[in-house]
Amino acid sequence: MRQIALTVNGERREAEVEPRQLLVYFLREQLRLTGTNVGCDTSSCGSCTVLLDGESVKSCTLLAVQADGHEVTTIEGLADNGTFHPVQQAFHEHHALQCGFCTPGMVMAAVSYLEENPHPTEAEVRLSLEGNLCRCTGYHNIVKAILAASGAEV
Amino acid sequence: MTAVGQALPRKEDARLLHGEGRYVDNLAATGMVHAYIVRSPYAHAVVKSVDLSEALGAPGVVAAFTGADLADAWPGGLPCFWPVSDDIAMVKHMPLATDKVRFAGDGVAVVVAESRAAAKDAAELVAVDYEPLPAVTDLEAALADGAPLLHDDAPGNRAYTWSLVTGEPDKVFSDAAVTVKERYRQQRLIPSAMEPRGALCEVNAVGDVTIWTATQGPHIMRTAYTLVLGIPEAKVRVIAPDVGGGFGSKLDVYAEDVIVITLAKKLGRPVKWTEERSEGNRATIHGRDMIQEIELAATAEGKLTGVRVRLTAAMGAYLQAVTPGVPLLGAWLYAGCYAVDAYDFHCTGVFTNTTPTDAYRGAGRPEATYAIERAVDALARKVGKSPVEIRKLNFIDSFPADIASGLQIDSGDYHLALDKGLEVLGYDELRAEQARRRAAGDTKQLGIGFSTYVEMCGLAPSRILGALRYGAGGWESISIKVLPTGTVQVLSGTTPHGQGHATTFSQIVADRLGVDVADVEFLSGDTAVVPTGMDTYGSRSLPVGGVALYHASEKVVEKARQIAAHQLEVSADDLEYETGRFSVKGSPDKGMHVKEAAFVAWSAHNLPDGMEPGLEASFIYDPPNFSWPAGCHVSVSRSTPRRET
Repeated sequence: MRQIALTVNGERREAEVEPRQLLVYFLREQLRLTGTNVGCDTSSCGSCTVLLDGESVKSCTLLAVQADGHEVTTIEGLADNGTFHPVQQAFHEHHALQCGFCTPGMVMAAVSYLEENPHPTEAEVRLSLEGNLCRCTGYHNIVKAILAASGAEV
Repeated sequence: MTAVGQALPRKEDARLLHGEGRYVDNLAATGMVHAYIVRSPYAHAVVKSVDLSEALGAPGVVAAFTGADLADAWPGGLPCFWPVSDDIAMVKHMPLATDKVRFAGDGVAVVVAESRAAAKDAAELVAVDYEPLPAVTDLEAALADGAPLLHDDAPGNRAYTWSLVTGEPDKVFSDAAVTVKERYRQQRLIPSAMEPRGALCEVNAVGDVTIWTATQGPHIMRTAYTLVLGIPEAKVRVIAPDVGGGFGSKLDVYAEDVIVITLAKKLGRPVKWTEERSEGNRATIHGRDMIQEIELAATAEGKLTGVRVRLTAAMGAYLQAVTPGVPLLGAWLYAGCYAVDAYDFHCTGVFTNTTPTDAYRGAGRPEATYAIERAVDALARKVGKSPVEIRKLNFIDSFPADIASGLQIDSGDYHLALDKGLEVLGYDELRAEQARRRAAGDTKQLGIGFSTYVEMCGLAPSRILGALRYGAGGWESISIKVLPTGTVQVLSGTTPHGQGHATTFSQIVADRLGVDVADVEFLSGDTAVVPTGMDTYGSRSLPVGGVALYHASEKVVEKARQIAAHQLEVSADDLEYETGRFSVKGSPDKGMHVKEAAFVAWSAHNLPDGMEPGLEASFIYDPPNFSWPAGCHVSVSRSTPRRET
């Protein structure tokens, strides 16, 4: 077992983890932050996307020990006192979710991408989502929502 | 303004956007243990022995069982609800194999441990001695003489044969000026909902079973678990919490569900199983896998006279809940939107050493559309007509239409959809552009493709299902309860896995009862809360459940009318009703809202003599016909022509 200390959604957490423990299972099973979903176990689908020091990572491909000393933000840490982050708000307004399973990962990927490129074109948004799969919406409204969150007219 | 017709932001979004979805794997129970299934790597093999000893000694392991250890719990195996024909081979399907495995992914043992990881580690220590057998995965090879046989009671690997013949197809084909014959392969596919399957089961000391499972069909599952495990239905509670997509694949009675129930009973601890994606690829049902031979008979001008179909459909290794019926859901639709005189459909179901197939998106009907649409294009080429001309020549254009396959399409306008498609596309200009590029030998050429379609949806009239030997009805059940504070509860038999029932059903009831969409509480997916229902599949929630909701709303309004009349001391006939409010004809100021009537009904201090307290109503709606959505899809692609070298 290894001792780790990290900041999760602004809160300092210390824990003992197996060295092989994936970050996503540490978040879900040890911290009970189940908003981050596991869709494929293989970093193909992006459902488990979280922010590590502000940048999107797939938490099913990162070991919990690799997050030691870092700052992790999950979907639960995005809203401000219950008020949606602009990306969450845009997803709601533009019907960018149906079953909701890919949604936390989509939102976190979008938050990270807009940080990197605040005013993307539609083509850039589509490219930025290549690591995140959605099975319900056909992506169209997700793209619209991300463009809207960037302040673009949609 | 009515709520129906508005593009409202969804009621269900907020929780999901905050990361508070309640998917099965997000749930935990005190004392919960984890199950992991040991699966066959072989497509076909005799299971000679299963040795659990090393696994049982591994850290964190609570128990481990072979298929034989648990066989007494499920004597009949997993059910198939659709014995489509007299000759069907209803082969046995054990949740864990005992003697033989028949597809790669077939379960042979289960290990239970304190953690997911410990269960998986220990599962690797289970020693299974397999004797591999020759396997057959191609459906035509499976029908060939000398093919490896999957089941002793299915000679020639034939699952069933099924025919639908109307008119005089032999005469029509021999008289035809033109015939075309095509052969298409419907490739097998994996449904891949984003949320993997999963189940968590808790059994209390007196044997009450509660199972949370990622299913489209909590009510069907409750009945099925009773049939498989012999537990009285009253002691089984099935909860479908948030479900992350299904596409048909979460409509089945799966081995893992009955395994976790059996283990939870046996061990006295809650048991959870969560599918890994690679398991989902092997052990969740697949879709399609058919060979379609379709033949069209027509006049020299291309007017269709007959359709003949020889369909060969893979069942996979076993019959799941509705496996045999899936190819037949398309049986009526192989003439598509077109009028024909004679119809001749024949299907052979085949066992192969593959994952079982079952309902996937459209289930049988998109396959039929694919075949007829490609075949009419082939006919168009043969008679020298364009894809548009051949369709317009043959469209059914008088409704209601008794179609050759024997059903009645209530309404439609197939020309309208096609004309709209052509208009949106700028069809004439595109054809001119295509001609220009062809003449110029341009490196980029244009291809223009059409598909028009009609589908039987809104499953389904119960009588028709009965005639097709399906094991259940096709009705849907809704209850409405108006609470004293004016909140309207809708208890729905159909439950969402992403469709947005909470919003759309609220819109319907809000309009009928004159309440805000926000004041409607939508409840579904828990058999203890909504005991009756036929669940979610076959494009049925709105056309069947939504109609039940409409009728239940009308019953609520009628009861409220009696209450309002009594309170206002007028005759019920003297009341007018508009969006929630009754008013006295001629004195519109005098009136009462449904919400006020609900309070009066709840307090019950002053109701008409003999009236039951409470403002609530239920309705079970059995549709008289399918719904028949139709449309047109046009595709334009730009590509580089293949060059001969």
